Order: sequence, then C-alpha cells, then structure tokens
Amino acid sequence: MAAAVELRNITKRFPGVVANDGVDFEAAEGEVHALLGENGAGKSTLSNILTGLYHPDDGQIFLYGKPVAFSAPREALDAGIGMVHQHFRLVPPFTVAENVILGDHRGEGKRFLVHPRHIERRVAELGERYRIAVDPRARIWQLSLGEQQRVEILKALYREAKILILDEPTAVLTPQEADSLFETVRVMADEGRTVIFISHKLHEVKAVSDRVTILRDGKTIATVDTASATPRSLASLMVGRDVQAVERVAREFGTGDPVLDVVDLRATGDRGDEALRGVTLTLCGGEIVGIAGVAGNGQRELAETITGMRAPTAGRVSVGGRPLRGGDAREAIAAGVAHVPEDRLHTGVAPSLSIASNLVLKSYRGGRVARGPLLRLRAIREHAVALIRRYDVRGGGPEVPARQLSGGNLQKVVLAREFDGAPRVLVVASPTRGLDVSAIETVHRYIRQAAGGGVGVLLISEDLDEIQALADRIAVMYEGSIVAEFEAGTATVEEIGLLMAGGARE
Amino acid sequence: MIRIERRLEQPRWLAVAVPVGSLVAAFVVMTIVLLVTHHAPLHTFWRLIVTGFGSTFALNSTFVAATPLIFTGLCASVAFRMNLFNIGGEGQLYMGAILGAAAGIALGNHSGWLSVPAMIAAGLVGGAAFALIPGVLRAYLSTNEIIVSLMLNYVAALVIDYLIFDSLSYWRDTSTPSAKVFPQGKVLPDAATWPVLHVGGLELPLGLLLGLAVAVLVWVLYSRTKFGFEVRVIGDSPRAATYAGMRTRRKILAVMALSGAIAGLGGASQDGDFRHTLDPRGLTAAGYGYAGIVIAALARYNPFAVCLVAFLLGGLQNAGYALQGADFPSGLVGVLQGLILFCVLGGELLMRYRITLDRRSRSAEPAT
Repeated sequence: MAAAVELRNITKRFPGVVANDGVDFEAAEGEVHALLGENGAGKSTLSNILTGLYHPDDGQIFLYGKPVAFSAPREALDAGIGMVHQHFRLVPPFTVAENVILGDHRGEGKRFLVHPRHIERRVAELGERYRIAVDPRARIWQLSLGEQQRVEILKALYREAKILILDEPTAVLTPQEADSLFETVRVMADEGRTVIFISHKLHEVKAVSDRVTILRDGKTIATVDTASATPRSLASLMVGRDVQAVERVAREFGTGDPVLDVVDLRATGDRGDEALRGVTLTLCGGEIVGIAGVAGNGQRELAETITGMRAPTAGRVSVGGRPLRGGDAREAIAAGVAHVPEDRLHTGVAPSLSIASNLVLKSYRGGRVARGPLLRLRAIREHAVALIRRYDVRGGGPEVPARQLSGGNLQKVVLAREFDGAPRVLVVASPTRGLDVSAIETVHRYIRQAAGGGVGVLLISEDLDEIQALADRIAVMYEGSIVAEFEAGTATVEEIGLLMAGGARE
Repeated sequence: MIRIERRLEQPRWLAVAVPVGSLVAAFVVMTIVLLVTHHAPLHTFWRLIVTGFGSTFALNSTFVAATPLIFTGLCASVAFRMNLFNIGGEGQLYMGAILGAAAGIALGNHSGWLSVPAMIAAGLVGGAAFALIPGVLRAYLSTNEIIVSLMLNYVAALVIDYLIFDSLSYWRDTSTPSAKVFPQGKVLPDAATWPVLHVGGLELPLGLLLGLAVAVLVWVLYSRTKFGFEVRVIGDSPRAATYAGMRTRRKILAVMALSGAIAGLGGASQDGDFRHTLDPRGLTAAGYGYAGIVIAALARYNPFAVCLVAFLLGGLQNAGYALQGADFPSGLVGVLQGLILFCVLGGELLMRYRITLDRRSRSAEPAT
C-alpha cells in the first residue's frame, strides 16, 4: 500500500540557512505520525512545504503514490491536507460556522448566499462524532483557546482533510484538554485519516503517536516505532547528545525577607473585562514562586500590573515594603523589579534596534552609558560586548538588529539586561516558550542562579513541567484569582491540571 | 510565472543599485516620451542638467527652490522616525509664515538686527503650536494624527487666504487704493529681509544655512542623545518603550512640536528670504509640505539625505522652469519630473521585495 504522504529529499534554503536539507518523511493511512525536533530543526518549514505555503528548492511530494506540486496553499487544501497552526487562523468576531466555511471555495462557502443553518448542523454533527463539540453559533472571541483549537480541527474535517497536521497543539491546553485531544486524534486515525503531530514534548509523542520521525538541523535523523522508543532515547536523537530530562533540582535556598507584596490586586484586561480579581501574593528573596494556569486567566495582566506596564484598578504592589504608585514601569524598574516578558520580540526588545541598544533599553537614562542628555556610544558598545560574552549570546555582535537573533539568544539578551540591573524581584513570563532543549536548560540555569543570589522570582508559565522543575511554591490562577497555593511537590500534575481548569481541590 | 516575494534580507549593494537603476529606468522612459513628442532626448537631458546645476546662476536658483524642501523634508522625517505620521507640514509652514510675517511687520525698521531672530522665533512657535493640535489629540485621545494633520492643512490654507483676500487683516496691504481692489500682503520692512551669504558667485540664503544646521542638529539629536534613543525605541516598538518605562505621550508632544517648528521655520524663511510679504497664492501653489513627505521617504528619514534629495529635486524643479518655452510645453516638463519621481519611488519596491521566476517546472522533474 502506498503511503498517504511521502516527502523525498526535500530541500529548502533561506538566505544563510538550509531549513530542510534532503528531508525524507513518510506517513501511512490511519497513522498518527509524530514529527519531533528542537526549534529550528525544520519542522515548521516542512509542514509549510506540505501545505503549499513554501516551494521546495528540491525534492518531491507524493500523495497516495502520486507526485504533486503545490503552487498555493489552496491547492494543498483541495488535495486534502489540513493544518492546525500553533497560532490560530480564525476571525474573532465571526461565529464558529462562519469561520469553518471561510476560504472554502468548493462547498457551502462558494455560494453567494450562505445557509447558516445547514453549516451549523454539519459542524454540530462533526463535533459530536469527533468529541470536539463547540456551539456553532458562538463567536470565536467568546471561546477559550482549547475551544478555538477545536474549531480549527473542525475546519479541516469540514473540508474533508485526509491528512491533518497539528503544530504543537497542546501548548495552549490543560493536561485534561490535551488528553481529550489525544482521543480525538485516535478517532480520526481509526477512520483512516493521517495525523501528523508536531511536538517537542516527549511524553506527548509517546502517548499519542504510532511512529516518530526526528528532525535535527534540517535533516531526517531517524524514524522509529513509538512503542520501541523511550523518552530518553528520543531526547538524545533530538538533541544529538545525552540530555537530562527536565527534573527538579534540589536547591539550597535560604528564604529571605519578603521582597514583593501584592495585596488584593485588581486590573482591567485589554478587552475591558476584569482580568485580575483580587490577587494576593507574597514573594520572598531567594524564592521561586510558580504561577500555573491556562493562558488567558490573568497571568499576563498580573505580570504587567506588578511591573508597572498596566495600572491597577484597586489593590497594592509593594517592593521591599515600599508601595508603588502603579501603572509606571519606570517606577517599578527603579524599585528593582526586573521583567522578562512573554512576548520577547515586541515587548522585551525593540526588534529593529541593535543588540547593544537593547541591552541598555532600561539603563540608558544614567550611569555609565549617558552623560547629561548625550549617550556615550563607546560605553554602550563595551557594555554590550561584555554582556554578550558573559551570557554567551550567539548570532551577532553588538550592532546586529535584535530581530535577527534566534529565540534562545534573544532570550539571553533579555535576561542579560534584566539581571544586569541588579534586581530584587524578577517577574518571568513563559521564559522558555518556543525554545529548544539546550536553550531551556540555559534559561533555567540563569533563573536558578538569580534565586540563589537572593532575588525573588515570580515564574509565570503554562508549562507545568517547567513550574514543577523550578518553583519552590506553586500558585494556580483561574479566572483572575489565585485558586490554590501549595509547596512544590505536594500536588500531582493531575491535581494542578484540575485546578487550572477551574475544579476545586479537595 | 512571475512571483513577488518579500525580501528576507536587504543586501547592502541594493541601497546603491536600486536608486541608480531607477534613475536609469526613468531616463529610458523619458527618452521614449521625448522621441514620441519629437524632441531630441540627449539635448533635453543636457539642458535639464545644465539649467538645474550647470552654472552659478542655475545653482543659485536651485538653492532657492531647495530651501523650503529641506525644511518640510526634515519636518516629515523627524516625525516619521517615530512612526508619527505628521502630514501637516504644509499647514505648519503656512502658520510659520503667518507668524513670521507678523513679527517682521511689527518690529518695522526700528529694531535693527532683532527683526531676523524674532521672525525665526515666530516661525518656530507658529509651526510648533499648529502641530501640537494633532499631537495633543494623538497623545491624550489616541486620535489618528494622519487625518487630523492633513485636515488642518486645509484649515491653514483657508486661514492664510482669509488674511489677505477676505479681510482687512494686519497682514494685508491697505495703503493704496489699488491694493484695496487687488488684495496683497504688506511688503515687509527692510530690516526683515534675511541676509545672504556670498561665496564666490554663489548666494546662500540664510534659510538654506539654517536648514542645513537643523539637519545636523536633528542627526545629533536622533543618533547621540537619550531623547533620540527613546524616539527610536517608540518608533520601533511602542510596547517595548512602555516596558522600558519611557514616557511615550511626552515624546509624541515633543516630536510633533519639533516637526512643526521645523516646517514653521521654513515658512518664516519664505517671508524673510524670498517673498518679503505674506504670499498665500505662492505658498499654496507650491505645495512644499507635500513634496517634503516624498523627500523624507526617498531619503529614508536620514536628515543629510533629506538635504541632498531636496537639492536634487529643487534643481529638477528649477530646470523645469528654464526648460519650458514655445517648443517645450510645461506639461511635458511635468511629465519628466513625474517620471523621475515615479521610477525612484517604484524602485523602493525592489528594496523590500524581489521578483522571481517560478521554477516549478524544474523541481517537477523526476528525481533520480
């Protein structure tokens, strides 16, 4: 039997990099095939080639034994390839049904006048069959990220995709939601569809896939049967050396005095909703407190309000016992609050400015790098050279624009700058999202070092493994409040997952 | 199949190759136009260059044409650098001209050398104040500054017309019976005539020198000071600026005021250097403010490049006047000027995108 998808010797070059270097890949009908690799290994490029977004410079694509060449994403869609992107392609003010037919030029979407009833019924049927029911008349902005992902899957099923690519689908899900997604994936595979599951989380790959193809540096490293692989063996194939799985490292910490006091903090979100509903929290020097929660439950607003980027509507933030006025990042910086923001490319740095400029983004006002109103360009450069060396930033000298750096090196620039300010409190949000295994190790090491040096660290992350590995204390956020707080190691992942989903703890 | 793709990198040689290639393309198209209209292309190009830049007289005329363009070009680039789209250079220049003329008339001939600095100050204040209207609205009410500043251009044009044509204002000459019938502005006193620097045969108006000085100041401000650093960060990523604790609102006000002040100074220079009266017809017909936006874009907001582009465009304009005559209609001059601008602006596309031939046929060959 011919494979559902076969890619032979796919090569794709971008200026300065070979993203795919003679990649071979093959997935059968009815198979869940995981594509595993670090960031930059070429997974996204490969899926973009398969969905017609990019043209390969070399190599061939076969669908069910026939060679195909897509010149536009629409052709791939018509050939039965559907993709659920990591960042959803949905129109927030539209309903679920409207989003489902968006861009569908063959069926219902082709008509000038659409019949919403008809589509809604079909969407409801599909939802039932694959256990991913969502209200077809709901508007996208009303849905949680997990539900939005279901809409994306429904969209592909509605177009009768026979091959479905899921790009890091669990990044936005709670453990329970992820489990239910895995069931849906199984149902689809049992019907004879092919599911390509892109991930860099080993336990997921183990849980859901039949076979795994590992990519590294744009090349196919191996294709193995999942049953015969262990997380350890997959990890070493992925990284190319032995790695330690993320594990909790016992840290010697003497918890110091409270450095951050948050009392009954309330704030409004971007949509005008009440994003923070009375958060109270204490953080001591040398302590790492993890804030767990599904994205969109007020974590971003909490980070922004503590660091002065967002004005609180009520409540108080004090650093070292001194209350802040709030809503003023400069005041928070002066009080010693460092911030590693979630969106490192557009918030953490000014992307078009040089690395050197970005390293003084907060310290340009005084000290060694400025004299009166003038900047001391040489001092800024020397400062950059020193920090680039100390934090091992690779990929460019001081004059290179920040946006040219890879995610891991960009994060090192942000960390270097924030640690350089000798902070008392460090607020880190999703510090390793999108980073590869070795960059994650580095970032975790820096965070531990900071705590070891007496800084109070507030770690906000959707990655429970990360929180489990780093935090001394864990607080769970749900709908703008902290619903539970406990010492690390006293709750299981399942319990935390339940709390994240709004379930009460017994 | 031809495809247009976004460039992932901009190689350095492109920054030279694209403008040069665009000019060559412009001259090729112009050759066709000239041949079709039975004019000798080479002769015309030669005259274009000679009458624009080829003699002391030509250069002096080009300086006159380039001076206001330097101010409006700098006005636009100062604001655009921060992604603040002040389209109102036109109106801000009028306001500078109105206040500048008022200062010149008010001081008369009694205050000696004080007239010129007073006019400069009045021009700066007039432009800055007018630019602060869209600035304040943007900073405190998040109004779109493009629309507000654009609409205020029409307001300013109506105001300047009103002062001379529809009212017996302070600026209007009412001293003679004929001036009452044919409205015109008061002629500025001699003390309000700005000095000219003579270098050899070249005549450098004070406005030109001020414009060059402003360009240097802007360059220092934007590349060497904390203020400029903040402007660059805000222009690149407003969220990063908020994150770093920068006061974005104040910067919006400061940059709008600076941008308007530069245009206003250009207006005062029109009064003092060239027109010696408040001249609504001449100013509104010239459209310096809008030309400044094009200049800023061509110069990629670099202040020195603004001066250079303004000089070239001024020469082109000036050559246009000299070229037109019985055998060469002014419409054709406009076509030639338009072609050069069109090709140069069109060439910008090549900086950011590249055009490739689809090589699908090759990759579809069977692999061996």
